[in-house]
Amino acid sequence: MTSTLTISHLTKAFGGVKALSDVSLAVEPGERVALLGHNGAGKSTLMKVILGLIAPDGGEITVCGAAPGKARSQVAYLPENAAFHSALTGLEQITYYMRLRGEPVSGAMELLDRVGLGHAAKRRIGTYSKGMRQRVGLAQALIGHPRLLVLDEPTSGLDPVSRRDFYELLDGLAADGASILLSSHALTEVEARTDRLLILSGGRMVAEGSLPELRREAALPVSMQITALNGYVTDIMSALPDAIRLNGGLHLSCTQEDKLATLARISAMQEKVADLEVIPPSLEDIYSHFSRRDGQ
Amino acid sequence: MIARILATAVTEAHIARRNRWVLIAVALMVVFSLVLSAAGSAPTGALGADRLSVVVASLTSLSVYLVPLVALLMSFEAVAGEVERGTLPLLLTYPVARWEVLAGKLLAHTAILIVAIVAGYGVAAAITIAADPAAVSGLGALWRLTWTSVLLGATFIGIGYALSSLARRVSGAAGLAIGLWLGLVVLYDLGLLAAVVADDGGFFTTDVFPAALLANPADAFRLFNLTASQATAAASGVAGAAAAIPLWQSLLSILIWPLVSLVLAALAFRKVEP
Repeated sequence: MTSTLTISHLTKAFGGVKALSDVSLAVEPGERVALLGHNGAGKSTLMKVILGLIAPDGGEITVCGAAPGKARSQVAYLPENAAFHSALTGLEQITYYMRLRGEPVSGAMELLDRVGLGHAAKRRIGTYSKGMRQRVGLAQALIGHPRLLVLDEPTSGLDPVSRRDFYELLDGLAADGASILLSSHALTEVEARTDRLLILSGGRMVAEGSLPELRREAALPVSMQITALNGYVTDIMSALPDAIRLNGGLHLSCTQEDKLATLARISAMQEKVADLEVIPPSLEDIYSHFSRRDGQ
Repeated sequence: MIARILATAVTEAHIARRNRWVLIAVALMVVFSLVLSAAGSAPTGALGADRLSVVVASLTSLSVYLVPLVALLMSFEAVAGEVERGTLPLLLTYPVARWEVLAGKLLAHTAILIVAIVAGYGVAAAITIAADPAAVSGLGALWRLTWTSVLLGATFIGIGYALSSLARRVSGAAGLAIGLWLGLVVLYDLGLLAAVVADDGGFFTTDVFPAALLANPADAFRLFNLTASQATAAASGVAGAAAAIPLWQSLLSILIWPLVSLVLAALAFRKVEP
């Protein structure tokens, strides 16, 4: 099967300032890809280029086998802070979007129920909370059977339960073969719910891969927290010269390769150790490692 | 294509109804028509025309101001509002062409304008005919006024969309719309009149002035209606001075302007980068 989205050597500048430089990526059918990056890293610009809203300066881009903006019936978009006309009701807004996509409007109510807005369908969007507006945005992205969903910070403004429901919806779509490209600041949820991560920094793609791959590539140190039995602190410290005292315990960090050897040395002293905690580098650490690498 | 245009029109109609634009437009037209028909029901024997034709002449002078104003009020927000609310990027990712969006908005706004015009003129006609049944002979003039008013309105709705696309901010679009209304409807005539007086029957009066009148959709509208009902004698100085312009020329201007303004609107909207 061919990729739903292919981008190679994409470049875009706004008045001399490079927003994207030499970005290449591909998203396969059924794949969930997270786009990470700090504010201004180029995430929204990249999405708008994919959607055909702004034209790139250079590079090639194919969306569902066509140029961006030419396959709009197969692409759904959820903008950051989805906004709608406050005078329309949720039902009217969704009905409008369904008509534009040529879908039967009889399914509008069912769609609103699916995102938990059935009870508010006939109220004006002006009376909705931010989370409810975000659900209207989500509902419109589900209209028809899009092959590519481009979601800009889809879970901002959603409570934890709604977030879980949202990712369950995405899992269902991906299982049906839809490709999903989403950006997020909530690293922990992205970690559990996507197949692959892309990290943008200063308009460049600085890392790409699954979380274990990125973890290996970053080669960040593993932290260990050792709690010594009473009186054995100095013994342990002399055996492990790298350890430092921290908050009444001992703190030690070592590289991935040394991890097992270090653990073996600690377990050799098990009569002196009360507890041991191994802390792998978190997604936040990996993320800052990659996005800081270019002097950000 | 038709389905998408209609979908946009229905949605715009919902919005206009909720925002009370329908009510405001109808109320404006009805109130001003009532005032005029009340004022126009004074004895008119000297003119030899039926009462309705006299009312139509006054309604023409009113509509030149009011129809463009109502049209601009409804349309100035059309594109700038979408940009400012942040709804435009999402809309443009839908499988809908930009001109289809504008066509849908135009359909809804023109329909509202037609309702307002028919309500206003209808009330004026009903009162006049009730007072003098012989006034029915003026219905032809009223019908002419009605469809030309709709075309005039469509022209200014298109101009409103173009200004809205150029400004990209609601406040800027409002300013441009008011400025354009003042310029085309009020100051334009004053300027021409001053020029004609200063020129005193020279080249400007004979050649530039008629063309300048035809170039302005509001003046062409007034000219056509007054010439057609031969009421120029009773009309303002500008129209009186332009009595020599043949009817077909003002008709052509009335017919062409809506197309020109809509093409301008479509071009301006195409330049808007979400």
